[in-house]
Amino acid sequence: MEEKWIVSHPPHVATKDNLSRIMLHVVIALLPAVLAGCLVFGLRALIVTLTCVISCVVFEALWQKLLKKPVTVSDLSAVVTGILLACNLPVSIPLWMAVIGSFFAIIVVKQFFGGLGHNFMNPALGARAFLLASWALAMTSFPAPGTSLPLFGSVDAVSAATPLALYAENAEQLPTYLNLFLGNIGGCIGETSALAILIGGIYLLITKVIRLRVPVCFLATVALGTWIFGGHEGWFTGDWLYQLLSGGLMLGAFFMATDYTTTPFTPKGQIYFGIGCGIITVLIRLWGGYPEGTSYAILLMNIVTPLIDKATAPRRYGTKFGKEVA
Amino acid sequence: MKQSVWKTFFNGLLKENPTLVLFLGMCPTLAVTTGVTNAIGMGLSTTAVLICSNIVISLLRNFIPNKIRIAAYIVVIAGFVTVVEMLMNAYLPALAGSLGIYIPLIVVNCIILGRAEAFASKNTVLSSAFDGAGMGLGFTGALVLISSVREILGAGSFAGIPLFGPTFQPVTIMILPPGAFLTLGVLLAIINIISNKRKQAKEDVQHDS
Repeated sequence: MEEKWIVSHPPHVATKDNLSRIMLHVVIALLPAVLAGCLVFGLRALIVTLTCVISCVVFEALWQKLLKKPVTVSDLSAVVTGILLACNLPVSIPLWMAVIGSFFAIIVVKQFFGGLGHNFMNPALGARAFLLASWALAMTSFPAPGTSLPLFGSVDAVSAATPLALYAENAEQLPTYLNLFLGNIGGCIGETSALAILIGGIYLLITKVIRLRVPVCFLATVALGTWIFGGHEGWFTGDWLYQLLSGGLMLGAFFMATDYTTTPFTPKGQIYFGIGCGIITVLIRLWGGYPEGTSYAILLMNIVTPLIDKATAPRRYGTKFGKEVA
Repeated sequence: MKQSVWKTFFNGLLKENPTLVLFLGMCPTLAVTTGVTNAIGMGLSTTAVLICSNIVISLLRNFIPNKIRIAAYIVVIAGFVTVVEMLMNAYLPALAGSLGIYIPLIVVNCIILGRAEAFASKNTVLSSAFDGAGMGLGFTGALVLISSVREILGAGSFAGIPLFGPTFQPVTIMILPPGAFLTLGVLLAIINIISNKRKQAKEDVQHDS
């Protein structure tokens, strides 16, 4: 028997994980949310999602072809961006707006800054902010669940108030916890069903794609903040469970505040990141002009991520903080 | 002499374009480029101030004591800005209204002070005038370029004239502050690509010869 010795540097144990595998896990984890969106809003949700995914992939491939770079659409990152963008859009959005949103996410936010791993903020959320600033009406008319919508054509604004808007107005009739949990409420395609998002989130935790730190810190901060300050009858009367289950909070906490590129990679930094997202979300929800603040909270924290990473960098072995030991 | 005057002029217009190459005067560049009309108004009034202040500062260059030269330049510039502001209020009240605070702020526009310090205080009156004209028109051109992009996308019009039918839904963000940064960034990237390619081509020629 001829023995073969392989000589190599450590590490000697490698996992099977690679980029496209991780992205595939994220795609699988997002499917329940998309499915819930289709069940709540009808087939048009699927059309919007497919539009976003296809245009994201096509824009990425075109850009890389144009710049004579290796085409990397097979790493599935553009697919993830497309699904996340669709999850952040109302189902009644005109399809051409979804295409422009995909263009902004892939070309402006991601490729202009150097492609995967170099973008300084979440592409899907950047595109959402872009669309919201440009076409506020189309981005904030949320059809009521179960409304029958044309599959491709334009939708006349048949808007239902979102749970958070109802809460902010102190409305008489609020959706029940069960409806909030299952997703039978108005909102963006992927954000309505807390149950579906939790299933996806648990899948990501089991496959170790994400860690608990950011979602837990994020959600806990929001719960605490809205419980203390969010009540209509003084302090400590806020309905924190209602706040946790409504809006894009769950989706943001599990899928967008855990993005590898735009969030800190030190454990301490991730905790600060989650708490920061929570504080900004509470500030916007309770005192800001918008009923929902999750997306802006994550975007703002994306921007300070390099600073968090720098401030929380662990001590290197053999050095003291701030100075090299000779 | 005649040739170098024109060279000075085109230097400001293209090679050392104050906005796109030197990055001076970014505040009005980002703030008033919401429409082409505003951009032309801002650009031309800055050009007028720039030519006049360059001429006067060049005339006074041997009299202004070195230690207080910045203060002296500001006095000269502020004088011309006041003239321009009064003229605009008298003859173009609508434009003056939409440019608002940015007209008085021409006083602190870095292009004007920069040219006074870097050029007019060291050169003859004639070439200073041409430098002012070139820099001013280069600034105007850059503003018109940025504002065309922003107005066409963000409002669906050019200099106030609607371009598309009523079904066009403008990309509102382009006439909001983020639109200014997006447009400027993309424009600078394109210009850098072009100038890098030119530099490369020049180097290739030198290598070949």
